[in-house]
Formats: sequence, structure tokens, C-alpha cells
Amino acid sequence: MSVPQEAMHAFMDKPSFWQRLRITDWIWAVLVITGTAFVYQLYSSYMDVYEQGFLIMSAPALIALGWNWRAVQPLSLLITAFSLLGIWLYSGNIASAETVFGLKYLFSSQSAIMWMSALFVLATVFYFAGLIANNEFIAKTASVLTWSAVVMGFTGLMVRWYESYLVDPEFGHIPVSNLYEVFILFCLITGILYLYYEARYRSRALGGFALLVISAAVAFLLWYSLERDAHEIRPLVPALKSYWMKIHVPANFVGYGAFALAAMTSSAYLIKYYYSHPSRLVAILVPSFIFLGLFTWIFARTAFGKTAVEGSLLALAFNAFGFALAITLLLTALGFLLMLPSTQKALPSLEILDDITYKAIALGFAFFTIATILGAMWAAEAWGGYWSWDPKETWALIVWLNYAAWLHFRFSKGWRGTQMAWWAVIGLFITLFAFLGVNMFLSGLHSYGEL
Amino acid sequence: MKSSRSTSTRLVDFLGSMNLAITLLVIVAIASVIGTVLKQNQPYPDYEIKFGKFWFEFFRSLGLYDVYSALWFLLILGFLLLSTTTCVIRNTPGILRELRHFREKAQEKSLRALHHSASFVSNQPLEAIQASSQQALKNQGFRFRTHQEGATHVVAAMKGGANKWGYWLTHIGMIVIFIGGLLDSKLPIMLGEWRGTIQPETRNIPASEVPAISQLGANTYSYRGSVDIPEGRTANIIFLPVRDGYLVQRLPYEIEVKAFRVEHYSTGQPKSFESDLVIHDPDLKEPLAHTISVNHPLIYKGTAIYQANFGDGGSEVELQFNPLTKQYAPQTLTGNISQEYNLSSSTEQYRLELDNFRLFNINPVKNEQGIEEQRNIGPSVIFRLRNAAGEAIEYTNYMNPVMIEGRLYLISGVKKSPADPERFLHLPADKKGSPELFLAFLNALQDEALVRNTALATTQASMGALDNQALDANVETQIVESMVRLTQLFATQGFDGIMNDIDARFPEAQRQSVNEAFTKVLQASLRGVYLELLKQRGVSEPNETDWLFFDDSLNAMSNLPFYGSPWFIQLKTFKQIEASGLQITRSPGQNVVYLGCIMLTLGVFLLFYVAQRRIWVLVKPLESGENEVILAGSSNRNPHDFDKYFQNLRSAFQTMLTAKGD
Repeated sequence: MSVPQEAMHAFMDKPSFWQRLRITDWIWAVLVITGTAFVYQLYSSYMDVYEQGFLIMSAPALIALGWNWRAVQPLSLLITAFSLLGIWLYSGNIASAETVFGLKYLFSSQSAIMWMSALFVLATVFYFAGLIANNEFIAKTASVLTWSAVVMGFTGLMVRWYESYLVDPEFGHIPVSNLYEVFILFCLITGILYLYYEARYRSRALGGFALLVISAAVAFLLWYSLERDAHEIRPLVPALKSYWMKIHVPANFVGYGAFALAAMTSSAYLIKYYYSHPSRLVAILVPSFIFLGLFTWIFARTAFGKTAVEGSLLALAFNAFGFALAITLLLTALGFLLMLPSTQKALPSLEILDDITYKAIALGFAFFTIATILGAMWAAEAWGGYWSWDPKETWALIVWLNYAAWLHFRFSKGWRGTQMAWWAVIGLFITLFAFLGVNMFLSGLHSYGEL
Repeated sequence: MKSSRSTSTRLVDFLGSMNLAITLLVIVAIASVIGTVLKQNQPYPDYEIKFGKFWFEFFRSLGLYDVYSALWFLLILGFLLLSTTTCVIRNTPGILRELRHFREKAQEKSLRALHHSASFVSNQPLEAIQASSQQALKNQGFRFRTHQEGATHVVAAMKGGANKWGYWLTHIGMIVIFIGGLLDSKLPIMLGEWRGTIQPETRNIPASEVPAISQLGANTYSYRGSVDIPEGRTANIIFLPVRDGYLVQRLPYEIEVKAFRVEHYSTGQPKSFESDLVIHDPDLKEPLAHTISVNHPLIYKGTAIYQANFGDGGSEVELQFNPLTKQYAPQTLTGNISQEYNLSSSTEQYRLELDNFRLFNINPVKNEQGIEEQRNIGPSVIFRLRNAAGEAIEYTNYMNPVMIEGRLYLISGVKKSPADPERFLHLPADKKGSPELFLAFLNALQDEALVRNTALATTQASMGALDNQALDANVETQIVESMVRLTQLFATQGFDGIMNDIDARFPEAQRQSVNEAFTKVLQASLRGVYLELLKQRGVSEPNETDWLFFDDSLNAMSNLPFYGSPWFIQLKTFKQIEASGLQITRSPGQNVVYLGCIMLTLGVFLLFYVAQRRIWVLVKPLESGENEVILAGSSNRNPHDFDKYFQNLRSAFQTMLTAKGD
């Protein structure tokens, strides 16, 4: 709590926003502006006017972000340093990825992304361990691991951007162009959003929940990379060669990441709620696990289905069923651990969980609205119509309508509690279908990710 | 009294109710799913094949093939629009009151009852308390109003009215988006159809023959359609798809496609599609030349011209017909894509429909190590052969021989019906990439006299080797005859023919052994003919390559009965003429929609991130001569943040107002 004297000053003298800035904030601003100016000087002749606009606008955006959340400052600087180091190590030759030590084991995009994956999974385990053992040190370690994962992931994306030009100058593009790349983006944005709320609410108890989604995404990423060689850098199809991609895709993933986070804080909410209302637990958990198992099974069947064409149908079903069973059992075990009294004590109050869920959904909704509008504008330029009822577009609308309904319930009817938490969890599945299912099961104009 | 409410009030209440709005949001979401699961606007026969007669008709009556234009879907959207509008109209007076009223007349009791409320005693005089409260609130960005009732003084402050603007902007923004979308919708066409002034054309006829009822004038308000224009040609119409038909939309200008280009990456994948266009318009002093590409349309006269796709514009192809049976002679034909030709040289009448030509075909091909890799296997021609009964088989024939696992093949894809998967015929090609050796081998097998001679020679040679005097001429003739018969059977019906023959002539118990025996006999005969053929070509000692060719030939021949064509048609030369697929839209609603989008975005941020907060400071003199201060507050958003804020405010006020004066 604030000291009364300080509080009074805050209210009576009202220090302006500028007065509250520290010297490091000004250094930060100077660094960002210098960096942007340098990049502009070097590369503006290769950009069209929109891209120049994005570059220039990204400077104030980054400065504001760093001022409002100071952790962004060292984070960005570290990512920049690592990325530049990676680029320097390449010395203009893509083959260096296999020969230079620093690239092979650290900073080539593939290695950096592997580091990110490992660190995220490790952090998930540490967060849960810290929560269940109620141990601050373990939880702090988990935070450090998560920050490191974010640094390595962003470094990986930056270096990949450079690599795409090294492979062939004509291939060069921002790495948000296919399902593999956007999955990395998803992990990073969800991670960063979580870290923001961790700092804001001074609680590490939700880390495991948030990172569970990220770990699932990492699992998919690894499968997609190892099984389908999705990490290979391929040139862009003509429809994707547009400056719109640079803003449409990231905006979308702020939305997806925030919705995922909301679903996970809601899961924590539900776990906490049912701990104090155990009689209702069975009635609701059993069908939800059946649903989860079924959902995993459908996904697994699709995933294994195409690789195991030669295998018998029985083996295929067995594989998929085993996979679904393993996931469900794992989550059940985790659920039991989370039901321990010590875990329950460490979890934030229901009000705070509800508050974070709302904030995440609001943020996600705002960005998803922007992303969908940007998508419509891009569609108008590429396909000749801002709305074509393409499956991806339509599912974006469905996701949007779903959360719009959620927000209406909350604003106008003041609904809180379990039903809204369940809705947020179900929302993740709708979002997941829009994000992944559409590419797997439906066909349309969105060409970036076929499984 | 409830019963006295008029019907119209109740209707407005219903339309503006939150329950209806949320129900509609959910219904639109669910209804939208249909169009993503069922592929929209496909050719109607495809749906009929998929669903069967009954369900096809049923789904059609529900408009599921173009669900987003279905009347019931539009009605739901209309309802949503109506509900949103009613909601805005109904809530606006209340919100205006909210914005204007400071609620300075709030009663002490109600302020105490607020969730955020605190009271303390101040020894400072009334004026000082009021002055410092007002200053503090002003510093915090509040506007305020004061009120006095008896001895009680109230400062009522509020800020964050922009939150209410968020409500208007989001909801009116949605209405604006709806209206913009309506301007660009197919509604006028639907109305025209309903009134009978417009009727979509469903026949595949030239645009010039389309009747006036299926044509729309150049001044149509909004449209979105497409047209394929071959290089060097001009068009002044586009086609608007309407369910299973189309309408012809006239353009206010003419478009000429000078050239169409596809640029490729080093991997062979397309990098860009571009068209050099020239717009001819009497309003222009001189024709307007412009190059469009994907993501870079041309905007002219309120219409936008997009590079949507590309196709063949009537390429010229020279085809070589290699007969697969002896009764025909080879022939050549030169034709154009999208044209049809009668084939006269066969006993059966065929119609050749040249469907498409492709310059590049990136396909997965196995290399010498047996690993699949993406490779450009060069030009292909796609055509249909339609017999007198009207049945057609579709073929995709590749011009160049393809190296697969170190061996050359001529490849032809075949599809018996559109729903079937494509199957491939691999004809082994000789070192020069020609099918000549294969065709000669096939020809030889169909030549009964030649087969008989070879069979005789083979039998005699093997018998001589056995040196078995006991075998008489009768056995020899029997063997030769069965060789000839089996070879004939194989050369015309493949292995299946032989299997059928065995099934027809032998009981099941014997089939296994008969099959083995027949296979041996057939093999001997085929090898004999093949060796004879090679000998004629100066090869007396066949090597491994020759035997692989032999095996491949048998494989191919075995598939020929399924192939269904009496010729193997080879693409010899071509002259490519491309057509640029243009999408042309006139969407005057677009900017309206964008305006709505900007309102929506702004509104969403105001709604989420600006909270409307009210603070009251009530001062009441106490009998002791001191003053009691009641500090109360409320916020319509983020209660958690407001908790903290109010706590800080309260401690600040307490410090400020209860501190001992100097």
C-alpha cells in the first residue's frame, strides 16, 4: 500500500506523465529512435511507402510499450543483441548454420526455436512445481525460464527473417507466413501476455496454466517440424506478398494469445471454485474430460491419419486413442495435484482470476477486431472483396461473435462466475478451430497452412 | 401496470432487449458454420452426386448452397440490425442523461450505501475542505458540480464520459457496417429475380447469345464478378455468379489484356501473376495502360480490377495419335484449347474436347534413390474423349518423358468421372523419350502370325534343350496354341483378361495351379516376342535395362484395358496463349464499411479502457464544530482497478483533510 504522504502528493500535485519517466526511459527512447533511423537509412529504399510507415510507427509504439512496462526495455535490447549476433555469425552464408558453433547450438533460427521450446516446457513444469509445493524460489526460476524462452523465441524469429533472405533474396519475408511460423508467434505472444499479468498482479500462481497452452503449442510445433519439415523456409505465394501480412497476422495472434490466456485463467478459476464446491465437481468434470478426450482424439486421428496411410485402421485408431488417453490422464493427474490444499492457498482469489479473464478477453477482443478489419482490408486488395464468407473469415466472425456475446453478458447483465469461466474455456476451442481446425478440415482462400 | 402497456412498447422492449441481441449473435454464429462446412457455390450436379436426389432438393430449398444469400440468413442479419438499432435508440436518452447529470443531489444515505464509501471527521473549515477537494479532483481529471442543501454541501465529480461514446461508436459502427454491406449486397438482384425482371442464365453459351433478361446494364450500383480474357483480346462484360447460373454484367469501359505473365522462383513455384491491361473508354483521351498484379489492383471509374487467377486462352496444340490397337493408323491433329473435334478414323465415333493446357506442372517425383522430390515435369494437355453414348473419360497427358527412379516414362493421368481419383498410366519410353519401342512391342503382340512363329521357335528351342523325344508334335502344337491364345488375351485385356478366362473355364480348386502354369507359358511367349523385337533392332544380348523395360511394358499393357482410350495421344508441339482471370468489383459500400470499422475499433477501446467514474464529497457540519466528510465513488468498469484507486483517493483525502492546520 502506498504511503499516505505520497498518495496525497500524487493527488494534489499530480506529477505529469513526463515527470514520472526515469532517465533510463529517455535512454530507451533515444536507443529506439536511433535504431529505427539506422534501419530506415539502410533499408527504406527497399520498402514501399506503407512498410516505411510501419517502420516509423513502430518506434513510438515500442517506446510507449517500454515506458508503460519497463521489462520490455531489457527484453528488446537482449533480443536485438542476440539477433545481431546471430546475423553476424552467419557472415552472409546460410551454410554457416551447420558449421559455426554459435549458430549450430544457439542462434540459428532452428536452434533458437528449439531452445524456446525446451525452456517453455521446462518453465511449465517449474511453475506447477512451484505452485504445488508452494515454493517461491521454484516459481521465480520458472519466471526466469519463461523470460529466457521469450528471448530465444523472438531471436529465432528475427534470425529466421534474415535467413529467408540468405536462402534466396527473393524468398525473403517476415516469418509470419505459415502455420509453423505463426505457432511460434502464438507461443511468444501468449508468453509475453502472461508475463505482463504476472508482473501486474504480482502472482506466479497462474504460470503453469498459461504455459500449459504454450507447451501444447510447442508439442504441435515439434511434431509439425519433425514430421512434416514445416520449418523449411519456402517462398511466399503471390497472394501473401503484401505489407498487410505484417500487421494482420501479429494483430490476430495478440487476439488468439489473449483468448488462450483467458481460457487458462478461467480453468484456474474453475479449479478453485470446485475445490470449495466439491459436490458439483464430478458432474461437470467427467463430461468435460470426455469432451477433451474426444477432441484430442479427433485431432490426433487427423494428425496421425495422413502419416499412417499404410497402417491399418485399427492401428491408427489405437494410436490416436492412446494419444488422447495419455493427454487426458496427464491432465487428470495434474487436476488432482491442483486440488491439494496448499495449491489452493497459493492461487489468487476468485475475483482476481475473474478480473484477469475479463481483461484478457477485452484485450483479445480489441485486437481481434482490429485484425479482422485489417484482414478485410487486405482481402479487398487481394481478392477483390472485403468480405467473401471464406471459411477462415467466417470462423473469425464466429469467434468474434462468441466473445461479443460474452462481453455483452458481462457488461449488461453483470454475469460473473462459473458459467462465464466455462464459456471462456469453450471459447478457446472455438478459437482453436478458427486458428487450426479451418486449415485442417475446411478449404478456402487462406493458403498459408495446410496440414 | 403491465397489462396496460401497448403492443408497440412491448415490441420495442423485445427488439431492444439484451436477450434478443445475444440470442441473435449466437444464432448468426451457428448459422455461419453451415457455409464453412458445406463448400458454397459449387456446380449443382456435384451437390446432387454428393447428397443424392432427395437431400439435394431439400438442401436447395433451404438455400444451403449459397447460405449467406439465403433469405432466412438475411432475415436473421436484418433482425440483428433492427435489434441493435432499437437498442441504440432506446438507450441514448438514458446515456445522455448519464453524461449530463452529475448527480449532485445525491442523498447522504445513498452515498453511505455505495460499495465505495468512507467517512471521516475533519477539523478544517468547510471552505478549505471544498477548495482542496475540488483541486484534488480537478487534478485527477474530473469535472464537478456543487450543490447545497441546508447545511450539507456536495461536490459531485465525474470523468470518463468517453466510455459512453464507446457504446455509441461500437453499436452505431456495427449499423454503419451493415448498411455498407447492404449497399454492396446482391439484394437488388434478388429483388429483380423476385419481381421477374432478372433471371440467371444456366446454359453454357457465348456471352453474345445470353438473353437480355440475364444481362445487367453498365450503371448497376454494385457488383462483383469475373471474366477470363485471352491475351490480345478485349472484353466489356463480366459474369456474376448466381447460385447455379450467372448474369452478364456490362462494364462502362473495355478492357484489353495485352499480355499475361507468371514469374517463378528458382524452385519453380509461382512468384507473381501480372497482366498488362489497356482500358478503352470514350471518356479517355487516350487508352489507359496499366499493369496489375495480385495485391495490386487498378481502380478506374469507381470499379476495381483485380488479378484473380489465370487460365488457358485457347493455346494451339499439335497432337499425335498413337493407336493402341492394330485397326487404326497413326494420325496427327492440330487444335485449340476449349474447342471440340470429331475423330473420324475410329470405328466408334469419338469427340475430342480439348480442355486445358499447362506449361508447368510441379509434381512429386521419385528420384534415382527412390526419394520423392518436387519437380517440374513440364507441359501437359488435358482433354476428354467422349464416345457416341456421351460418356467421357478425362486425360492429362504430359509432353515430356519423366525420369522416375532412373527410368523414362511417358505419363498419362486418367479420370473416368469427376469424382474418381486420378490414376496414371506409365508408358516406358526408350532412350530418346519416344514410345516407339513400347508401341512396336504392343503391335507385335497383337500380330497373331508373329506370335505363333515366335512361340513355335521358343517351344522348339526349349524342347530341343530338354532333348525329350517322348514329347510328340501334338503336345508342341498344344503349347504353341495356348501361348498364342494367352498372348492375344493379354495384349487386348491384360492380366485381368487371363484371370477371367481361368475363372470361366476351371473349377476353383484348380485355378491356383492353372494360373501358375499359364503365367509361365505367357511369360515364355512374351519374352520370345520381346527378344525377337530386340533382335530386329540389333540387340542380341538384352541387358538389365532392357529387362526392366520389358517389365514396365507388361505393367503398362496390363493397365491398358482400364485406360479406355484407343490411342495414346502425345503432345508434340504447342503455342501457348494465356488468359488472364480478372475479378472486377464495384463496391460503393466499401468506404462506408471502413468508416464503420473505424468507429467500431475506436469504440471498443473506449469501452474497455475508459471507465466512467463518479466521486462525491459530502461535507456536513457536526455539532462539535468539526465537519464530517463522506467520500463515495462508483465506476462502471474494472472494479478491481477502482478498488485500488478509491483506496488511494481515500487515504489522500484523509491525510489532506484531517492533517492539523499549521
